[in-house]
Amino acid sequence: MLRKVSMMVAVSAAAFVMATGIAAAQDTLKIGASAPKTGPLAGGAAVTHWPNIKLWVEEVNKRGGLKVGNKQMKVELIEYDDKTTADEAIKNITRLATVDKVDFIVTPYSTGINVATAPLIAKFGYPHITTSAATDSVPEFAKRWQNSFWLLGTSKQLAEGVADALKKLRDSGAIGKRVALVNVADAFGLELKNAGKPALEKAGFEIVYEASYPLGTQDVAPIISAAKAANPDAFVAFSYPPDTFALTEQAQIQKFDVGAFYVGVGTAFPAFAGRFKDNANGVMGVGGINASAPEMQDYLKRHKEVTGAVPDAWASATTYAGLEILGQAIERAGTTDKAKVIAEIRKGPFKTVIGEVNLKDGINHNVWAVGQWQDGTFNGVASSGLSGAKAPVKKQPWK
Amino acid sequence: METIVTGVLLGGTYALIAIGLTLQYGVARIMNLANGETFVAACFIAFWLFTSYAINPLWGILVIAPVAFLVNWAIYALLLRPLVDRAKSQGMLEVDSILATFGLLFLFQGLMLRGFGGAYTSYTFLAERFDIFGTFYGLNRVVAFGAACVIAVLLYLFLYRTRYGTAVRAVAVNPNSAKLVGIDVAKAAALSFALGGALTACGGTLLSTFYTFNASMGVIFTMKALIIVIMGGVGDVRGAVIAALILGIAETAVARLVDPGLTLAATYALFVFVLLFRPQGIFGRQQA
Repeated sequence: MLRKVSMMVAVSAAAFVMATGIAAAQDTLKIGASAPKTGPLAGGAAVTHWPNIKLWVEEVNKRGGLKVGNKQMKVELIEYDDKTTADEAIKNITRLATVDKVDFIVTPYSTGINVATAPLIAKFGYPHITTSAATDSVPEFAKRWQNSFWLLGTSKQLAEGVADALKKLRDSGAIGKRVALVNVADAFGLELKNAGKPALEKAGFEIVYEASYPLGTQDVAPIISAAKAANPDAFVAFSYPPDTFALTEQAQIQKFDVGAFYVGVGTAFPAFAGRFKDNANGVMGVGGINASAPEMQDYLKRHKEVTGAVPDAWASATTYAGLEILGQAIERAGTTDKAKVIAEIRKGPFKTVIGEVNLKDGINHNVWAVGQWQDGTFNGVASSGLSGAKAPVKKQPWK
Repeated sequence: METIVTGVLLGGTYALIAIGLTLQYGVARIMNLANGETFVAACFIAFWLFTSYAINPLWGILVIAPVAFLVNWAIYALLLRPLVDRAKSQGMLEVDSILATFGLLFLFQGLMLRGFGGAYTSYTFLAERFDIFGTFYGLNRVVAFGAACVIAVLLYLFLYRTRYGTAVRAVAVNPNSAKLVGIDVAKAAALSFALGGALTACGGTLLSTFYTFNASMGVIFTMKALIIVIMGGVGDVRGAVIAALILGIAETAVARLVDPGLTLAATYALFVFVLLFRPQGIFGRQQA
């Protein structure tokens, strides 16, 4: 028995030596990704998250890999499905760090899972560049986990952008001051409503209808008819993709015409314009890009070529930018040492598809808050600290 | 008035979700947890037919329903029949079939992910205004409601006015006694399961015209169907339709008159209420 055990120890020790031996000689950079392929958020990740990882890895490898010190390292991607649960994400990241021994990891998808996995990622010491997390706790998180970087902004920025865009429309005489405000009853919807309502009131708007609905609601006819009965000038919904689509279709069916129509996540998806065609024109939503910037146009073209699909006009480009930052920081550090790469990310600045990004305090302060469909492009119309915003236009009646 | 019409339309939608499971659970005695996946698969096929071949989803049903019938027949014959044969009691069959269809759920989900990806999918079909008493409703919802009525009536006529339908009902009430009067229980159960699958697929096709769906949404539909089936009384089509209408109207009334945030609370309150006062369901029979 004793012999058997010592034999096993010897074998595993040998295996360990071999494994580390290979690791030392490797010319590939292992990057791990854990995000939803199934579960409630798989739909969003399939548009925003996975295609950009694919694009970045393909492009890096096509140009021969990353230049780390005096080595050219090709990227090898290891992907796991987190089934949209934090438990699974934690298992995946532990596995990536301890079994696959990846050099770096790609951020998980969504606010909830990023926050849930942040302590673990901090423990393993990986740089954690989040590109799909928007919450008001960003400043606190960035301080707590010094390895974490937050690119998508805060709920407050996103919600105040709405007040900002509506104010511009009111000042131009396009709309009055009556606003109907609805939100999906989960963390995202509530945070945006809690920040958006005071911002709207401060900007002199009057909330004439306010309601929330459970996550997953697609039968929104009563919500639209109640909002319509309140006779508002603007409709604002902090919604998720299925309800974003349902609210827009119902508004169109019930001829609920307002001068400003804002719906949440999903508005920036190419599928939104694809489905509503001319009726998408003038609809506002979360996000936005500076579609006329040359680096953005180039990105849109490459994304289409490599993944076969047009990216969404919000977090897609941010997700890609997060990977660009990781790549550039590794090259600048000239090593795969995680702490050195983190220090390099803090140093900044980085040239990315969303413009120049600085992450001195771990936060990207310049973000798009509101975009609007204008003749087939989802242009940013309200932002914090970014130039290139188009003026919001009045929503014409539904066809 | 507007609330009632909206509620009735929603009830039609719910009836479409639940009617297939009523047959599968009530007659074939299979608690099919993969019911929602069948539903979503039909949504995807309708979407694919519509976008690739410009086939109107209403015609699409003519393709989708028979295919679903055959697939479900095969599932029953190959996967579930052995469970039925070895089950010593009703309870054992229920546990076994739940486990088996739970596995099936993941298989279907995986296949759909492979085939269609995980993204949200939707298309526009008949998203036109339809005027009822001066208020506009989505034509696609009205059409789905109409189809739900037609399906429910045909099913009712089949079950209550034909000889074979009577046999199917006999199996639903008591499989052992049905054998004694010369009914081929195995065949009746297989037929009910396959028919249930076909009806679920019809529902999916119709709902795809106004719902946004993705490969992992099946469980939402299974949950809703389950609530309706249990409220209506297991195996009773009339009960399922009435339960669906009650839920539809209640949810709409709560959303319109109280608060849209309370629709789920209303659903479960009604569910608890029915379970407390009529545990066998609205039309269910007291177990002997």
